[in-house]
Amino acid sequence: MAAQANAVKVKKHYSAKFIIWTVCKYLSLIFVSFCAVIPLVSCVITAFKTDAEYKSTNVMTMPQSWFNLGNFLKAFQKADMGLAFMNSAIILAVVLIGSIIIGTQLAYVLDRFKFPGNGLIRNLFTFAALLPAIAMQVAVYEIMVNLNFVNTLYGYIIMMMGTDVISIYIFIQYFENLPVSLDESAIIDGASYFTIYSKILLPLLKPAIVTAIILKGANTYNEYYCAQLYLQDKARLRTVATSLYTFTGPLGNQYNMICAGVIISLLPALILFVVCQKQIYSGIAAGAVKG
Amino acid sequence: MGTNTAAVAGKKTFGQWLKSRKGQQTVIIIAFIIIPLLLLFTFTYLPFAEMVKFSFYKMKYVGARKFVGLDNYRALFARKDIVSSLKLCLYYMVGALIQIALALYLATILSMKVKASGLFKGLIFFPYLINGIAIGFIFKFFYTRGFVFDTVLQWCGFQLDSLPYWLKDQSINNWSLVGSSVWRYCGQQMVLFIGAIMSVDDTLYEAADLDGANKFQQFKYIILPSIKTIVTLNIILSITGSLSAFEAPFVITDGANGTGTFFVVMNTIAHTNQKVGLASAMAVFLLCIIFICTILQKLFFKFAFRNMHADDESRSAKKKRVKAAAAQPAAAVKGGR
Repeated sequence: MAAQANAVKVKKHYSAKFIIWTVCKYLSLIFVSFCAVIPLVSCVITAFKTDAEYKSTNVMTMPQSWFNLGNFLKAFQKADMGLAFMNSAIILAVVLIGSIIIGTQLAYVLDRFKFPGNGLIRNLFTFAALLPAIAMQVAVYEIMVNLNFVNTLYGYIIMMMGTDVISIYIFIQYFENLPVSLDESAIIDGASYFTIYSKILLPLLKPAIVTAIILKGANTYNEYYCAQLYLQDKARLRTVATSLYTFTGPLGNQYNMICAGVIISLLPALILFVVCQKQIYSGIAAGAVKG
Repeated sequence: MGTNTAAVAGKKTFGQWLKSRKGQQTVIIIAFIIIPLLLLFTFTYLPFAEMVKFSFYKMKYVGARKFVGLDNYRALFARKDIVSSLKLCLYYMVGALIQIALALYLATILSMKVKASGLFKGLIFFPYLINGIAIGFIFKFFYTRGFVFDTVLQWCGFQLDSLPYWLKDQSINNWSLVGSSVWRYCGQQMVLFIGAIMSVDDTLYEAADLDGANKFQQFKYIILPSIKTIVTLNIILSITGSLSAFEAPFVITDGANGTGTFFVVMNTIAHTNQKVGLASAMAVFLLCIIFICTILQKLFFKFAFRNMHADDESRSAKKKRVKAAAAQPAAAVKGGR
């Protein structure tokens, strides 16, 4: 009897501690999530306010109507976001297709063939990843000028394709897990190396390609530094990210319109995130392993 | 693969060589490697070499260049704005350490049994996917006097009069920027740590649960050892990261009111003032620091890895022992977890 009572007591003690721990755990999670969300929520609230409402109410008071889409329309027109989405779509499509082809081909050759310089090429790419992009642009700018790439969409696209290391890592890692016996049996059947790459290995590489497309896609869509440096003719060459620059200067305090513009610009990222959460998480974990 | 055929056949015409396996291999290697190498050369190594060269010249992007020797490097340490910008990296280093601790805490919690963990994870991670310019606007808005941050603090009982101007007051504005940077990258780092924690063998937790280890002990003896490498790597990377801090001050304050970090100052000197030589010297100087850090990191890991190896062995031995001990009740436990 006594032992039993004791056991119950011990269990109760444990569960009291357990409850405190659980409460702390959830409180901290809720607090951090609140901090993560509040800057965005305030933006959403403000985006639905009319000019008069924006001027007269506190930023955190709810808007009168959640169907006031006037700011979104105004922001879309003012920042010429139709053109911006068009340009971003072109850039995304070409950069993604290009860098997937280039990346998988490079990874195929580096993983499947031994040749002098293989290690050197890997090291060259690893070393390139160390160089901070912003610092490099000091000199890349001069090269872009010399190549007449400044203020051209294709120049920007080619440059964006040339600076991608993480997806190459993902591809190489993935190739390492595809058995070489696949290649060998195809060789016996008389397939050429290009056939092996394109018909046998590329389809198997699909998960890695999807991951690379998502990560690279998000990066390319969000890229703004090089875009504002090399696509200076904003009337013609604005991307979604740089189109937001419209709101600096005289429009800089009309935050209800600015917030609407900001939200439009991050909708594609939000949709991508909701649809492809898993790939994004695993892609980040995979890309970071090599650091 | 296929080297034999080429060797046996001996001398061949070029056409025959092309048809052989060896020839095909060479062709495909060259065909697949030439474009990426060309891009890598044009946009990384050529500019790298140019930058080193530029750093010895007084020049603009177009027009005459004048060789000035080490003058640019001397100016680097003589100019007040550059020297003071270097000091700002301390803020970002502290921020990075806080971020790592926070990310580690969140990752630990979220990899345990938590309700709605997917939602929490998603909410905390999403800021990482927002473009830089949007971040700039969001935080200009967030920190404006009387706006979002001030309102939230007023809910907590602070008086508006006692609050500083978050982006103008020089005693606080760098912390404001660091905060926005933590906001943006904490979730990404958390996801990274969760990935590392998930790679730990599940049976270890079960065994620990059986042994009555509490959550803190589980963290200390199971989770931490298994992600030691990635945490250390992140701590080391935070040093170079804070030296090259750029985004937050660039998009939010544009470096005004003493928030210009090294790269923000460099960006202005290069693209606004067009003092390319000086900017190149700055870039080269920072690259040198980054190389030194990287080499130290490699050495550190070489050293740590030697000890880790012994550690690993004892851990796998322990794992086996734990597994054997837990073998009998394991079936029952699995259902409960």
